[in-house]
Amino acid sequence: MQIGIPNEVHKGERRVATTPEVAQQLQKLGFSVAVESGAGESASYPDEAFREVGVEVVDDVRKLWSASDIIFKVRAPEKHPELGLDEVELLTEGKILASFIWPAQNEDLMKRLAAQKATVIAMDSVPRISRAQKLDALSSMANIAGYRAVVEAAQHFGRFFTGQITAAGKVPPAKVLVIGAGVAGLSAIGAAKSMGAIVRSFDTRPEVKEQVESMDAEFLMLEFEDDEDGAGEGGYAKVMSEEFIKAEMELFAEQAAEVDIIITTALIPGRPAPKLITTEMVKLMREGSVIVDLATEQGGNCELSEEGVVVVKHGVTLIGYTDLPSRLAAQSSQLYGTNLRHLLTDLSPEKDGTVDVNMEDEVIRGATVIKDGEITWPPPAPKLSAAPKKEEAKPASPPPAAAQAGKPSIWGIILPFLIGGGALLGVGAFAPDSFTEQFTVFVLACFIGYMVIWNVTPALHTPLMSVTNAISSIIIIGALLQISSSEVWVMALAGIAILITSINIFGGFAVTHRMLEMFRKD
Amino acid sequence: MELAQFANTAYLGSIVLFILALGGLSHPETARRGNFYAMLGMGIALLATFAFITGNHAILIGGLVIGGATGYVLARKVQMTQMPELVAILHSLVGLAALLVGFATFLGGEGAAHLGGAELSAAEVAAEKTIHDVEIYLGILIGAVTFSGSVMAFGKLSGKIGGKPLTLPGRHWLNLGLLIGTIVVGVMFVQQSADGGGLTPLIIMTVIALLFGIHMVMAIGGADMPVVVSMLNSYSGWAAAATGFMLGNNLLIVVGALVGSSGAILSFIMCRAMNRKFFAVIAGGFGSSSGGGASSAAAGEQGEAVSVTAEDTADLLAEAKEVMIIPGYGMAVAQAQHTVNEMVKTLRAKKINVRFGIHPVAGRMPGHMNVLLAEAKVPYDIVFEMDEINDDFPKVDVSVVIGANDIVNPSALEDANSPIAGMPVIECWKGTTTIVLKRSMATGYAGVDNPLFYKENTRMLFGDAKESIEAVLKGLQQ
Repeated sequence: MQIGIPNEVHKGERRVATTPEVAQQLQKLGFSVAVESGAGESASYPDEAFREVGVEVVDDVRKLWSASDIIFKVRAPEKHPELGLDEVELLTEGKILASFIWPAQNEDLMKRLAAQKATVIAMDSVPRISRAQKLDALSSMANIAGYRAVVEAAQHFGRFFTGQITAAGKVPPAKVLVIGAGVAGLSAIGAAKSMGAIVRSFDTRPEVKEQVESMDAEFLMLEFEDDEDGAGEGGYAKVMSEEFIKAEMELFAEQAAEVDIIITTALIPGRPAPKLITTEMVKLMREGSVIVDLATEQGGNCELSEEGVVVVKHGVTLIGYTDLPSRLAAQSSQLYGTNLRHLLTDLSPEKDGTVDVNMEDEVIRGATVIKDGEITWPPPAPKLSAAPKKEEAKPASPPPAAAQAGKPSIWGIILPFLIGGGALLGVGAFAPDSFTEQFTVFVLACFIGYMVIWNVTPALHTPLMSVTNAISSIIIIGALLQISSSEVWVMALAGIAILITSINIFGGFAVTHRMLEMFRKD
Repeated sequence: MELAQFANTAYLGSIVLFILALGGLSHPETARRGNFYAMLGMGIALLATFAFITGNHAILIGGLVIGGATGYVLARKVQMTQMPELVAILHSLVGLAALLVGFATFLGGEGAAHLGGAELSAAEVAAEKTIHDVEIYLGILIGAVTFSGSVMAFGKLSGKIGGKPLTLPGRHWLNLGLLIGTIVVGVMFVQQSADGGGLTPLIIMTVIALLFGIHMVMAIGGADMPVVVSMLNSYSGWAAAATGFMLGNNLLIVVGALVGSSGAILSFIMCRAMNRKFFAVIAGGFGSSSGGGASSAAAGEQGEAVSVTAEDTADLLAEAKEVMIIPGYGMAVAQAQHTVNEMVKTLRAKKINVRFGIHPVAGRMPGHMNVLLAEAKVPYDIVFEMDEINDDFPKVDVSVVIGANDIVNPSALEDANSPIAGMPVIECWKGTTTIVLKRSMATGYAGVDNPLFYKENTRMLFGDAKESIEAVLKGLQQ
């Protein structure tokens, strides 16, 4: 089957749905790949690069669409500016389209696509379960957006991120607040941190605290009575209670006066973005501060930010770009292309160049929004949450208790011998002093052994065993004392015993020596 | 008795040297000196005893020379991966020697043994005779169990006998029956021995003890071998101690006690590392009774393991700052330790901090991994124990698990129903990325599915460990 990658027609879109590197791997799965001429140009992948890896470069868009069985795109189909027709019309019966669709927001588009009797896989609808992470394009794009947000902020921020002490004076480090520690937020934290800024982060979901702290950023906690958990279904945030929001706003106002850069990434699926940064807070910020609002498409987290543009209000630069991944086109094309390749790997389990849209597979089921003209969106709820709640994590605590109950005791090993010793002692009550003496020596030696052996380093346990083996062949003394016996049987037994204990003595010491010789420092 | 006093003084010197030898093993630097102390102690003890020998010098020298040469050649030729087998077979020899010395002492009568007895009353003589008989009986018993058990352990470790535990129906009753049998036969022996006989019950007991040793080790599976080997180590010590009582020789008693407690402590450490009771291990049949449906049902939802190529692994390693390598029995099987060292050298040349994390029960014998790594010339100061490195994982960029499974299984900590719940494990999943080298998705010895393989930050590198590492090494050198 042929995979076709047309030029993105959306204005300003620089990404492309595959790269030469990914195309090579697609071919390994048994598919042929064709791209429209100039499709990768704006992402720095020229046509020649595609030709070099055996990808066909087609000039005519219509031909590309009609010759391909599978279409990979970034943006959802829309009106083609040059051909004067909608891309939807090019998607004829039986074809498969994989791209971002946003079915909830684009009902009309969904109806028109369904009318074409094609199969549509929405990369934005991939279920958020562990197994599907490799084809989670939203995460890939969010990661890039978070990184780019910091780059944009740095562009508009008039100072260093990192603190420096120079001959010309001291420069304090920039303070960055990242609101929403999802994929984009964490990526922003990482980027800002690596540029040397002091980074703080806030999120309504307390379980991300660990992740934030693992990136060496500070997690801001709300001093709030109720233990409200903001984790909704599928690892996304949910709408919080009124008191919670009030406490949250106080925190933001306090932070706004202090920080230089605010990056907001707060989104709740299927709802307008929560307004977190009010006009008053913007006024509180210092002159020259920067706010990057990653949610302007959904109405914005900041009251003053505007969709798609950079504005300056009250001395604060408000960045409202919606195309941050497209601004890092080469990187995002490569990651998105890889997501698509993983999708294709799942669709083509036989790796024979054919696809099977297996609706039994949870991941494919979730992503497929139209199957042969029939709308299959929304899918049934996924079984697993991407981030398990605290309650689910709790069963982790019992094992230590179980560990204690099942803790093996050294007495279990020594006890039989003590009982044995006790029995001997019972006999010994009638025995002469010589036995008691021997028994004293035995018990004392056991204790010396106990003390000495605990000090042996675990790395030398094998040499310990071989050396104790060698010295336990001291039994040879028993044989030596009998060897001079005039009785043939006794002499023979003693002779054999001497033979085998000598094997042990020489073998044991030699192998111990050999092993210890190997333990060397650098 | 000038001679006896001289010998006892020499024996005291030997005892001190043996204790110093064991004490030296606390550090690799002092261990080599310790081994020389042990050799010296053994030499002094032998020379002092030679003074008592009045005849049959030819047999003595013949036995020493042939045995010594055999042992030396064996020790030179053995491969480090075969160490567990060698240790097992050497244990069996100690057991056999104890058995033979026991019979020889019984047949040879007393008198030869007791160096320096006082004048004894008739009752005391009778009591001493009884004690002496019991000592002989116990010495032979322990020797026989050690012998047959070690032979079986050798068979299992060298693959001559299947590693699967053999669980006879009602095996606990069988063991109990054998135990009662030995006690009954023991009483018979003491009675008959008082009348001058007793060889028959002694032989019956020896057969029972040999069968018991075989049955005991047969019931224990492959990964419990570290416990078995160290237990047999302990038994060989107790056998020596029993022989010491039998001969009234303090040197044997002390050495036996030292070796016996050494083996017991090793067994204890191994049991603790598996969070299992000593008796549960010895009773055998692990993994067949438990391993309920709950954990396997949970495993079904864990999804899919993500595989990775050797080239990608090389890239991951090259970009890391902190690398932890966790070897298991699979590394020994694939003989991959030299290739691993090559990889480590390459990584260290790139200024990457590489460390090894060793679980106490990794391999088939206590300290097995350490010896293999030492053989491959991995410097011991980058090889760490589980407890030393477990807290460092959040800072580790890449963990490489080579042929290990149960010792890195997170369900030991997370799933209270897991058969291995509570066992301390190496928590590699707390690092950034874990790469697991494995032949296939098969479960480990405990038969428990390993959720580590399905973690988001785990990548599977399938194939023979040695070939995989070679491919990674190639990738690193490019």
